[in-house]
Amino acid sequence: MFLSMNWIGDFVDLSGLDKKALIKNFTLSTAEVEDIIEKGNQLSGVVVAKILSVENHPDSKKLHLLKVDKGDEVLDIVCGAPNVREGMKVALAIVGGQIGEITIAPRKVGGYMSYGMCCSEAELGISDDNSGLWEITDDIALGTDIKDVYDIDDIIFEVDNKSLTNRPDLWSHYGIAREFATITGRTLKCPELLDLAQFDSLPPVLVDVKATELCYRYSAIKVENVTRKISPVNMRIRLYYCGSRAINFLADLTNYVMMELGQPMHAFDNAKVDKIEVQTFPSEFKFATLDGIERNIDENMLMITSDNQPVAVAGVMGGDASKIDDDTTSLLLESATFDGVSVRKTTTRLGLRTDASQRYEKMLDPELCRLATERVLKLILDLDPDARVISSFTDVYAKRYPTITLEFDKRYVDRYTGIDISTDTIVKTLTSLGFGLTVDGDKFTAVVPSWRATKDVTIKADIIEEITRIYGYDNFEIFTAESPILPKRKETLKSEEDRMKDLLVKSYRLHEVHSYIWSDIKRNDELGITTPDNVRIINAQTPDHAILRRSMIPTLLSFAKDNRGYGDNFGIFEIGHTVDGLRENGECDEQNKLGVLLYSKTVGEEALFMRAADAVRELCVDILHKAPEFVSADPDYDFEHPVNSFDILVDGVKIGFIAVPHPTVCENIDKKCAIAFFEIKTESFAKTTVGRIKYAEPSKFPEIEIDVTFATDPANLAFTELTSAAKAAAGDILSDMWVKDIYTGEDGSYAVTLRFSFISHERTLTKQELSGVVESITTAFAGMGIAVK
Amino acid sequence: MQVRIEELKKSFAEALALANSQEALEALRIEYLGKKGYVAELMQQLRFAEDKKAAGQLINSLKTYAEGEIEKATEQLRAAAIAAKVRSAKKYNPTLRFAEEQGSYHPITLATREVEEVFISMGFTIENYDEIVDDYKCFEALNIPKHHPARDMQDTYYLDNGQLLKTHTSAAQNYIMKKYGAPLRAIFPGRCFRNESTDACHENTFFQLEGMMIDENISISNLIYFMKTMLSEVFHRDVKVRLRPGFFPFVEPGFELDISCEICGGEGCPSCKNSGWLELCPCGMIHPNVLREGGIDTEKYSGFAFGLGLTRLAMMKYGVKDIRDFNSGNLKALSQFKSI
Repeated sequence: MFLSMNWIGDFVDLSGLDKKALIKNFTLSTAEVEDIIEKGNQLSGVVVAKILSVENHPDSKKLHLLKVDKGDEVLDIVCGAPNVREGMKVALAIVGGQIGEITIAPRKVGGYMSYGMCCSEAELGISDDNSGLWEITDDIALGTDIKDVYDIDDIIFEVDNKSLTNRPDLWSHYGIAREFATITGRTLKCPELLDLAQFDSLPPVLVDVKATELCYRYSAIKVENVTRKISPVNMRIRLYYCGSRAINFLADLTNYVMMELGQPMHAFDNAKVDKIEVQTFPSEFKFATLDGIERNIDENMLMITSDNQPVAVAGVMGGDASKIDDDTTSLLLESATFDGVSVRKTTTRLGLRTDASQRYEKMLDPELCRLATERVLKLILDLDPDARVISSFTDVYAKRYPTITLEFDKRYVDRYTGIDISTDTIVKTLTSLGFGLTVDGDKFTAVVPSWRATKDVTIKADIIEEITRIYGYDNFEIFTAESPILPKRKETLKSEEDRMKDLLVKSYRLHEVHSYIWSDIKRNDELGITTPDNVRIINAQTPDHAILRRSMIPTLLSFAKDNRGYGDNFGIFEIGHTVDGLRENGECDEQNKLGVLLYSKTVGEEALFMRAADAVRELCVDILHKAPEFVSADPDYDFEHPVNSFDILVDGVKIGFIAVPHPTVCENIDKKCAIAFFEIKTESFAKTTVGRIKYAEPSKFPEIEIDVTFATDPANLAFTELTSAAKAAAGDILSDMWVKDIYTGEDGSYAVTLRFSFISHERTLTKQELSGVVESITTAFAGMGIAVK
Repeated sequence: MQVRIEELKKSFAEALALANSQEALEALRIEYLGKKGYVAELMQQLRFAEDKKAAGQLINSLKTYAEGEIEKATEQLRAAAIAAKVRSAKKYNPTLRFAEEQGSYHPITLATREVEEVFISMGFTIENYDEIVDDYKCFEALNIPKHHPARDMQDTYYLDNGQLLKTHTSAAQNYIMKKYGAPLRAIFPGRCFRNESTDACHENTFFQLEGMMIDENISISNLIYFMKTMLSEVFHRDVKVRLRPGFFPFVEPGFELDISCEICGGEGCPSCKNSGWLELCPCGMIHPNVLREGGIDTEKYSGFAFGLGLTRLAMMKYGVKDIRDFNSGNLKALSQFKSI
């Protein structure tokens, strides 16, 4: 919203103050100012002058040779405007004057000397009309600088509309002026009004508010014999500076009063609209608004009708059929308060937002209805003395907001602010903002002014804001809190996820990525992955993103494809949220998951897979102090390899899976790459009790390692079972066992060398003694089909 | 015997001068000092000597002399060998660079950790929360009733089961108040979603970090103190902050917190729209209705809450121009965030 400092000056005298500094302060105490624009500062030396004669240029169809009287001198001017006319009063930029970037100097135009320039409104920056010269109709002495009679110099500032959402009172110059008055400690002046009581004896307008729930107040008054067509120049300049444009006197007036007081008004042509009903309709119909567009009106939209004929969408826009035009001389003026929520819904459904609806949405103060009528009639009768009011001020006040009274004490203000703001400051601030304040010792009672009482100020915490924003947050002394600091741990899930990230980044040199909570169906299709059905987003931007993800892996697969150019070897991971369908209570079964993917063009798939398995083991051992188990399982998803897919278990509970991709998916990514991935539910992970570190006194006796080679396919080694079998056979002295080497013969035969480590706490073990132990182990293994080579 | 000893001493000196390796020295040692060496031989002959004492002293002096000389020569040889090793050493070149692969954290992780550390040091607990919530958590509990215009500001993704993707981390406030009660100080980073089209400055999926502190007598003054301290720590400098009124239904009063522009230092530049300030952190005193919904006694307790745009913070800290890089999975961009 654009605001004019000249206009604000009508209501508060800001003379002697740095206006730009004030506007900047406004950001700190009221609402965000986005821009400050100085008007008229690039305009000088423009005077009122009269065209004495017009002569056609001998060689040009466009140019005219003028004699122009600027009061003290008649000048030769060459002018290209189409509307030049003898006797016309124009704005003349004289030699030495400034129009934007141009400095006026005598110069030849079309072979003739020209000593100045006659200006259009657009050239002067007071409207966008560049069709011809601005004709000055006011009675002003020739030679008068136009800035002496017209408000061309102004400072305009733009306030962010979003920062005014909760302040219906600030959608007007008058409301903003109240803020300036409070900030500067100056007095707010009431606009000039017309007393409506004088029309009480006239017949009323027939107004019937049927939809009382959606209309707080509807007031109307009729005026006739309005003959003025064009608004005064200063009014037009203000409208233009504030982002509107002059249309005709009547349309300009309602706009002007809306910008001045915040109350939208609508002028119906009284010849077409003579009585008013406010109602909704039971079924849909079409209605042409005054912008000429036919719109669908449904049963929720509040309409203004006349004899049940729709004439306006309440609070949004008038109808095409009843709009005022250049021939209109008699009016029915509406000044009403409609329900904000209803107006907002209507604008959303119609896709039509107007200056009026924007204000209604904020919950306008119904008290404004009368004030706005008093103001608009004052303006009409002042500017068009022939106009006549022909009805009483008819006022249906269907629904009132309750008066809000808030009680609080100084201690409350001190506690909430943490500083000491004096009683005197509190009283001055609130009074200046319009609160009715009574003070009894340390106790305050504040009656909230009607313009703040529609939703904005309802509780005493709201009062704190009023006091503190005017006091100024920059003026606050700041202190730390006096509360004791108690030791706090990170939540387990969060801290374990952090440790996972550290391990994967630092030990495995992986890269952390982020993606989206929804599946990308198109990308999945490209990779040959079926997107499993899941909870859907109703209003997704594209249907491709409508299904929530179940697994982290598909995105990682598509990232793998995207990053083929990054390097021959890389690994990526993401910790994020997925949804495993719905829980019994109908809510999403949201899961935190870690997805890890390794990619290589130089390492074979098996080695890559083993590296992934190693990472799983490392995560479990490092964070949980527990070894995971891998159990061959049928894949959950079609992107997994049917053979090489395994469940990951800790303490017998499945916490995730590890696999290589299905060959189809792998080939769709790259024909020559190997990929392995795993996924872990980090919540299951976090729920696992962490194994305690058990300290064992180190043995004083040496450890002996013995290697035994078995003739077996490593795929058949159930390592967990083998370990238990070996322990059972060897007893306590077997301290550890692991795979030392795997040999693959050219004939397809295998040999797996296992290393057994033995130690005793009592004595030095001998090779002879251990050969017997190793034999019992190999016998046990043989019983499981694993023979010594 | 004396003559013999003199001869041996002389012959030893000659042999020693020729011994130029450890092996030769060892042979010389065995020849003279070994079990069957000359010295041992002399000792055997000692009993035939006239003046046993004098002869014994002479033999001993020969032995000491030979031992000392061999040790000295050994030392010299070793020193010469080391010196030769040093002379012939290969020169290394640490400036050479080879292909290297280091892991990387997501920039959001780095930014989050930095903020978390500051708050941990100030006694805040760090909480985790769902991304999918219901209307109550996201709006109602935060004093945003149905048809409230604030809902328009946050274009929400709705799910077919009636839940929604949380539009702000504030959606966790109610849960955390109920979990801990008052007093409480907690922060909760999280991913948020707004249904809007993406461009260099807008993402539908982004991170925020919410914080709350509730206790008796928590004031606006405390709020400013904590915000200023946190931001100064995060930016490693004494940041200037300013508060201005801002409207959020779940706080009263509500503020927009601006920090002096990093890029121009407050002079005004295109990044801060020439204002010298950057909007970073909506905050405010928790609305009594919100405290009440969280089961907290509003007569006894007050509190502040703030929301920090983590994605925005990461962009500022690392100079990321296009917000879409964060969720792109593009390692050329993301692998630059090496470590903490």
